[in-house]
Amino acid sequence: MPQKTSVTTHINGEEVQFLAEPRQSLLESLRDTLHLTGAKEGCNDGNCGACTVEMDGRIVDSCLVLGVEAEGSEINTIEGVATPEGLHPIQEAFLENAALQCGICTPGFIVASKALLEANPNPTEHEIRFWLAGNLCRCTGYDKIVRAVADAAGRMSS
Amino acid sequence: MKWIDYEVPNSVDEAVALLGESGDKAKALAGGTDLIVMLRTGVIGPDLVVDVKSIPELNEITYDPKAGLTLGAAVPCYKIYSNEAVAGAYPALIDSASLIGGTQIQGRASIGGNLCNATPSADSIPTLIALGATCKIAGPNGTREVAAEDFCKGVRQSVLKPGEILVSLHFPPPADNSGARYIRFIPRNEMDIAVVGVGVSVILDNGNFDSARIALAAVAPTPLFVKKAGDALAGKPVNDESIQMAANISRDAAKPISDMRGTLEYRKHLCEVLTRRALHTAVERAKETS
Repeated sequence: MPQKTSVTTHINGEEVQFLAEPRQSLLESLRDTLHLTGAKEGCNDGNCGACTVEMDGRIVDSCLVLGVEAEGSEINTIEGVATPEGLHPIQEAFLENAALQCGICTPGFIVASKALLEANPNPTEHEIRFWLAGNLCRCTGYDKIVRAVADAAGRMSS
Repeated sequence: MKWIDYEVPNSVDEAVALLGESGDKAKALAGGTDLIVMLRTGVIGPDLVVDVKSIPELNEITYDPKAGLTLGAAVPCYKIYSNEAVAGAYPALIDSASLIGGTQIQGRASIGGNLCNATPSADSIPTLIALGATCKIAGPNGTREVAAEDFCKGVRQSVLKPGEILVSLHFPPPADNSGARYIRFIPRNEMDIAVVGVGVSVILDNGNFDSARIALAAVAPTPLFVKKAGDALAGKPVNDESIQMAANISRDAAKPISDMRGTLEYRKHLCEVLTRRALHTAVERAKETS
């Protein structure tokens, strides 16, 4: 019987060790092994961005990363965005701008938006739309999401 | 999905040995944005996946104005467009690197992987051809070099033999008075597959074209180097007439099929329009650098 691989990584700042079969995606490791179910499986082929996580400082589709590739990496997921003190300004802005309906895409949008605002604290609408082109939402029509990200940028810079 | 083994070699030799032992049952993994989809959907069923991202040569990104650019095969797109020296010297490469997928895909996908995947619509390959890139390949019998236009042999087929890996791409330094451009047509603004893509490079000489290279995507089983379109520009004055002539040659050389993304006639028309537009931008870029 083939052996699972032991993977040591940092997730949301904490060292985590887990076992993965090489054929498993990082998304499967996060959801099924580590029970971090915030990242969602949408298309499972890199189109929808519902599984977006940050890996070594860049956002990636965790469905297109093998769990074993996470060895030695730093991963941040939606579970690490809010603190015990409260929601992140992006999360508040999504709620107050009604930037979600069914909510399946929301963790991916928030993780991606957070990475955008960390790299570019005052993006134009065009920059927001292009950065988020790899995140699909089938409910909102995007306008409220884009407005929420712009609103969050204002909150975070003030 | 069936069981696969996974190895992470630290050297080219180690990778070649691993790939050689398993022959065509092994696949190299760089960014994985194509490979993992194909694994999951059963398009490929390797016994072994060899993650090549820990090999120093495959992560190299070195630019020297005299020597040119060496780009490791596994360097993800975002590292290319985040590199100011590379972005300044090879804007057409940035055109391609910033078009492949969205932000998440660009965090992983590499130009080397885009080339090895060898689809007719690959957004980087016309650029590699236009820029005269050469591909360094390592295998059981040592290394060899292949011109970018000779790399693809069919839909998803390349010159790579079992046991071989693409190590890096080498781009000659940009000539004086040179410019290049990649553009594609898609019916959306982002995140789509080229209906047609065109990569061009030009070198200007006192109001004339000194030389030009033109390559097309998504109009043949492989990316298409239209040598005669570029050659026809050599010595001609830089004007609308000469650019239109090259665009017409480009259109006539295209051998597209009709499919859900566009008809044969539409794709040929796009070849003409996009070649014309790409040449105009490449000329502008050449003038900016002179």
